[in-house]
Amino acid sequence: MQVTVNGEAAELAEGATVAGLVAQRSAGHSRVAVALNGGVVPRSSWERTTLSPGDTVEVLAPTAGG
Amino acid sequence: MTVTETDPVPTGTAVTDPFVLGGRTFTSRLLLGTGGAPSLEALERAVRASGTELVTVALRRVEAASDGAMLAVLDRCGVQLLPNTAGCATAREAVLTARLAREAFGTDWVKLEVIGDEDTLLPDPVELLDAAEQLVDDGFTVLPYTGDDPVVARRLADLGCAAVMPLGAPIGSGLGIRNPHAIALIRELVDVPVILDAGIGTASDAALAMELGCDGVLLATAVTRAREPETMAAAMRHAVEGGRLAARAGRIPRRFSARASTQMQGLPEL
Repeated sequence: MQVTVNGEAAELAEGATVAGLVAQRSAGHSRVAVALNGGVVPRSSWERTTLSPGDTVEVLAPTAGG
Repeated sequence: MTVTETDPVPTGTAVTDPFVLGGRTFTSRLLLGTGGAPSLEALERAVRASGTELVTVALRRVEAASDGAMLAVLDRCGVQLLPNTAGCATAREAVLTARLAREAFGTDWVKLEVIGDEDTLLPDPVELLDAAEQLVDDGFTVLPYTGDDPVVARRLADLGCAAVMPLGAPIGSGLGIRNPHAIALIRELVDVPVILDAGIGTASDAALAMELGCDGVLLATAVTRAREPETMAAAMRHAVEGGRLAARAGRIPRRFSARASTQMQGLPEL
């Protein structure tokens, strides 16, 4: 199925979870936050949150800022 | 406080009164932004030299974000993290970003920025007030970056923001405090801490902010993009302390004519 991850089209297996996506994308980052279709997915819900075709996901991490 | 040649930048010495913000008490009245530093080593040296206890950080897509090393540096410095909502243009984006930052950083403190113009990066007061209200209702400790409009500042304070953070000049401009009267007026109009945010170019700007009655100063670029960030960080620390002490001490009134400080009585006829 096709979803949008961080602004780009991505092909994921059916039944893919937020937890799986984070594991795939967030190497080197411990404090990650995820938005799914404009809402926050709390870390405690990553395992049980499955993605659907057309979903828009943002996987974010800390950086420097003023 | 003892300053020796071998210790040009004393740390951990409180020369000003405690700073209560969001229910916490800080020794330092200088908040430091982490953006723009040439390296992590330079950032760490600047953070330490500044004496800050509260530093801003941001969230970006993982591909563009720095790795975990920056957080390790900040943890090592023992500073509290203050996530920002930099880059947000609407209340909806800013509220979502604050909630994501709460997840990532484990803090409900937020430096709320809602930008209304891409060139000047000036805040959008309508979206800002909307976002501030939502986040206060959601239990956040909201520190909003705002213009120097005293009425907007009062509205933000009335909504329950933990402080108001008016600009001195546009972000990163280094133009100093363009409307000192507005900043002084804001200090008079609100009961929450006033933190001068944005526009600081050099140490005298930070000192002026404190002399105008501000409770703190937030700056990033002036330190991180200085030729010597660590040295400028120390300068800012001393400027904030000096300005605070001067504000408490009470400046003399301005006069149009001279007034001798040496008495005339007993002047010999030579």
